[in-house]
Amino acid sequence: MNEQDTPTTGSEVATGDGHGQAVRLDEGHVVGQGGIPERFTNPGLPHHVPRMADLDEAAAQRAEKQVATLFGISILGTLLFLVLYFLVDVNETVYVPGIGATSAANVGLGVTLAMSLLGIGFGAVHWAKTLMPDTEVVEERHPMRATDADRSRVVQVLSEGGASSQITRRPLIKYTLGGALALFPLGLVFQVGGSLGKLPQKSLSLTWWNGGPSGPGEIPEFKPLRLMKDPENQPIKASDITIGSVVHVMPEGLLPDPKTQEGGAEHLLEEKAKAAVLLMRLDPSQIKSQKELDWGYQGIVAYSKICTHVGCPVGLYEQQTHHLLCPCHQSTFDVTQDCKVIFGPAKRPLPQLKITVDDEGYLVSTQPFREAVGPSFWERGQ
Amino acid sequence: MNALAARRRHPAAIAVLLMIGLFLTGAVYAAVAPEPADATTKALPAQSVEEGKALFRANCATCHGLNAEGRATGQGDKVAGPPLAGVGAAAVDFQVGTGRMPMAQPGVQAQKGTVKFDEDQIAALGAYVASLSPGPAVPSDEAVDASKGDPALGGELFRVNCAMCHNFAGSGGALTRGKYAPALKDVSAKHIYEAMATGPQSMPVFNDANVTPENKRDIIAFLDTVDRQESPGGLTLGSLGPVTEGLFAWVFGLGILVGCAVWLGSKAA
Repeated sequence: MNEQDTPTTGSEVATGDGHGQAVRLDEGHVVGQGGIPERFTNPGLPHHVPRMADLDEAAAQRAEKQVATLFGISILGTLLFLVLYFLVDVNETVYVPGIGATSAANVGLGVTLAMSLLGIGFGAVHWAKTLMPDTEVVEERHPMRATDADRSRVVQVLSEGGASSQITRRPLIKYTLGGALALFPLGLVFQVGGSLGKLPQKSLSLTWWNGGPSGPGEIPEFKPLRLMKDPENQPIKASDITIGSVVHVMPEGLLPDPKTQEGGAEHLLEEKAKAAVLLMRLDPSQIKSQKELDWGYQGIVAYSKICTHVGCPVGLYEQQTHHLLCPCHQSTFDVTQDCKVIFGPAKRPLPQLKITVDDEGYLVSTQPFREAVGPSFWERGQ
Repeated sequence: MNALAARRRHPAAIAVLLMIGLFLTGAVYAAVAPEPADATTKALPAQSVEEGKALFRANCATCHGLNAEGRATGQGDKVAGPPLAGVGAAAVDFQVGTGRMPMAQPGVQAQKGTVKFDEDQIAALGAYVASLSPGPAVPSDEAVDASKGDPALGGELFRVNCAMCHNFAGSGGALTRGKYAPALKDVSAKHIYEAMATGPQSMPVFNDANVTPENKRDIIAFLDTVDRQESPGGLTLGSLGPVTEGLFAWVFGLGILVGCAVWLGSKAA
């Protein structure tokens, strides 16, 4: 450590080159002479300050005890961990201030494991900071390049191996091996590509409201579908919808029976994700769009619940302002203006589902969505 | 005092001083802050429609009109108070029983507050408003008994109909332009039922054809289960989902790591 106590040669200040002495901080204002020295000299390592434990044996012993205490905490933590592991039932709860009732096993094992690991870690760091030598040591980096003799020896071994394997003399082996290695990854590529499933084809533009299953390759034939309450799967009477009501709707035939869980769509989640509809009833005098009135029934209007931004379910309807809010990115749609975007990143209004009532007074769709629901995609068109 | 003075340049001194200062300011404020003024006069218990009408005229008519016909503010189509015919006793019990009405000041949304009337007065007000035009009545104790509901079915209904605004665990959430859906923790079963039936403020109406009375009780049972649920995983952080959890991990987890790194890198002497 004494190396650093005397300034190394590198820290001497260069003089005599006309650009002056180094300026110390306690000199006050010094008028510069302009220019920079030819070459900055290496200031060397900073002056080493000895620690308490380096100078005072009592302090060193105190540090020793502190480190030993930390390691002792670790030992205690590990032993307690083992005891608690066998003693505490996983279903037992304990009251922890600030958290409330929580799992006794989680708290006990977590705290003792923390003691066990942090005790070792803090002990080691404290040991290094107080007792291990803290003098800066310079280690020169060795050249990376191997000696010329080693390098030529490697080349010699490789070329001898190549020659003895006869690969250079027998081109048939060389070319078939090359072909085999080049073709081998194709199996993996096709497997990964094939596992991505069928191409979507028309399915992004279709929903269950087109008349039934709308997956890739399926071309449903339109038939009027009743609007069904989600999750009860019951048809909805127009007379039951009061002003200010909101009903979450799925098309007839999509949901399984809520009691037996039978029937329903084969790809339930995919179909739900496209067909979800929000049904609201407004005072018809508040609706400003004639198309919205025409496509609804006495102020009952049905809109796709899938946000045109990135497809989150737009379910936050405020019955007084008639704003529909998407919880993901705060796109806001005005239900009185045909779900026009009035705030947020969405670019297109929510598609409306044209509805009417059937002979029994239940709400039914009269045509599928006129445009693709949900976010934009390449083939969507206008 | 010398020990304190010796540590005045310690790196943690500023943080400790700030904490002491903040704590003292808060404590002094809590001790000397004036109680909010309460100018509401306490009327005698009243049951009948007539007495409800008197209470209404004294406390509600300023905004809702002398005969509960509603009043405009005269600024655009803003209303001071909507007409109350047909809102029913349930709406009165909810709005007045949770302290939302009488509204302390105009705003985007009536806030939950201290209840200004006793039960008899609320019942009288409800009787008066219900006499104007039929509307949802205050539910019976049996209709809101959580122990008779099915929490599993209630949970499913809650996730479809309520969770988008009130959060999956009923922790509430933001709406547009400063409005919000309140948290449902520890809201009484009666008030939850009345809110569904009447659709207060921004909330849509879930009438008996949409969510049947039995299903409303199931939802109440679900919320009751959530209220009583212990959290075996430790801190729930408000059950707000990944945002608070991420924030907690980034601030505290990363903060502790940064602190350790600073300690490791600092010179011992």
